Amino acid sequence: MESISRPSLSFWQDAWRRLKKNKAAMFGLTLIILYGLLSILAPMFSQYTQSQMDASARSQMMSSAHWLGTDSTGRDLWVRIWMGGRVSLSIGLIAAVVNMCVGAVIGGLCGFYGGKLDMIVMRIVDILYGIPSLIITILVVMVLGKGIAPLIIAMCVVGWIGTCRFVRGEVYRIKEQDFVLAAKVLGIPDFKIIVKHIIPNILGMLITNLCMAIPGAIFQEAFLSYVGLGVTPPNCSWGVICKEGIAYLRNSPHQVLIPAFFVCTTMLALNLLGNGLRDAVDPKLRGTE
Amino acid sequence: MRKYIFKRVIAAIVTVWVLITVVFFLVRLMPGDPFTNPKLTPEVRENMESYYGFDKPLIVQYGNYMVNLLKGDFGYSMKFTNKTVAGIIGETFPFSADLGIRSLVLAVSIGLVLGIVSARNRGKGIDFFCVIVAVLGTSIPDFIMGAVLQYGFGIKWGLLPVARYEGIEYTILPACALAFYTLASVSRIMRASMLEVASQDYIKTARSKGLGEFRITAKHQIRNAIMPVMTVMGPTVASVLTGTFVIESIFAIPGMGKHYVDSVSNNDYSMVLGMTLFYGVFLIICNLVVDILYGVADPRVRIGER
Repeated sequence: MESISRPSLSFWQDAWRRLKKNKAAMFGLTLIILYGLLSILAPMFSQYTQSQMDASARSQMMSSAHWLGTDSTGRDLWVRIWMGGRVSLSIGLIAAVVNMCVGAVIGGLCGFYGGKLDMIVMRIVDILYGIPSLIITILVVMVLGKGIAPLIIAMCVVGWIGTCRFVRGEVYRIKEQDFVLAAKVLGIPDFKIIVKHIIPNILGMLITNLCMAIPGAIFQEAFLSYVGLGVTPPNCSWGVICKEGIAYLRNSPHQVLIPAFFVCTTMLALNLLGNGLRDAVDPKLRGTE
Repeated sequence: MRKYIFKRVIAAIVTVWVLITVVFFLVRLMPGDPFTNPKLTPEVRENMESYYGFDKPLIVQYGNYMVNLLKGDFGYSMKFTNKTVAGIIGETFPFSADLGIRSLVLAVSIGLVLGIVSARNRGKGIDFFCVIVAVLGTSIPDFIMGAVLQYGFGIKWGLLPVARYEGIEYTILPACALAFYTLASVSRIMRASMLEVASQDYIKTARSKGLGEFRITAKHQIRNAIMPVMTVMGPTVASVLTGTFVIESIFAIPGMGKHYVDSVSNNDYSMVLGMTLFYGVFLIICNLVVDILYGVADPRVRIGER
């Protein structure tokens, strides 16, 4: 008997197989891993520290002593870039993950149970959605004081709304489907239905969303640091380095262009990876070449 | 349709009220106050506080502020003591609006054209170019774009003025810097939506009727594909307006964004409140108009609401 079949792959195996074929996404993934590793390792193996000034080596171009040159107070940019990378990347990651979790839980509960809770939360979400998020973020940073933790909290105050709306819609759609009804009829408790049947169905899209949210969070951090409301010394971030460099744009443009390069390539890498993930987890494309 | 608009307007009013209330109490929570100045003697300080009504309980102050607001009175700035908040907004907003409109027009027109051209030539060189522009555009924050343009065109090649806002040639660099991100996202959305529309039945019908490719694209495809672009116009206006915060400071433009950040750091309560309210109402109105236009433009939404 002739059998027509394809090798059975789990959803994640299939997604990973398709992601691997996407060269742009793999480039993005490699770059992100590289930047992450460099942020962790590079400062440890350098003779300089991030706030060590050297009056004899101010605003220098790249050289063998200072791989990426120095800034206006003679601090080594190679070390500052990777110390800033630690801050920028982790703020981006933490803010995006927190927003995703909060949004997914609230949106999931609203979508699954509906009713009064859903109505009340959705009214609140609608109102918050209408308020320009940047304004709230700026004000919350001012109230909590500058620094890394307040920055993350401020970005999370309104940041979960997008995920919440999206998850609510998806859960609402999925819970109407037959397999959820079947599970209910079999007497499976709500909690187990959510964890075993609903979450796996939206996980792919959630991860894609997360990947797209990280560049947004890094961008926001850079913006806030840039207007002077973000990370404070001795910590630095890519936004802070850009801001410090811009005063010297005329004579030593590398002080802006180098941090700008790393911000842009990180955002580029995450965007490419996000696009690739979106295609990879799209159920419509499942099993296709 | 009328019911829909009515509901949306009510929602907008509630949003504005929540915004004012939240911001009113948030500003008071900020560390320090507008009169933190070692030069002020305690007596002067006390007078100032009673002049601005700070000696009354917070809830009374809130009530007074709301009443004045309903009369259209935003109060006086606490840092520039002889100026009204409305006056400062009136002075600075035209610069921000001018810059914002220029870059919006630039971004939307070029973005749409890129999206359409790239979808029509899918898989060819020009499509590749447009996709690269879109990915690059969404990866470069506007303040970096501003700095790079300023360095390249202003300092290195000396083609355009580096800063200030005194004539048409001064507006080119900041408008471009601000437009790039929006341009990229508009072209990206337009391309995706053009491709999606291309496989719809009504396009096949148009083709089988024997319509020319140009007419199909112009009359049927673009009109339908432009919908998703319209939905993001509200948030886009928001991002362009807030984008002016940084672009204004890079290019030394005397607009509202710079004033906003300054008054937040100065604890200038009445300025922060007034400007937040102004921004907020402006954006809420933009969103409202976009949603209503969307209903008007798309018959499916209109009928669905009835």
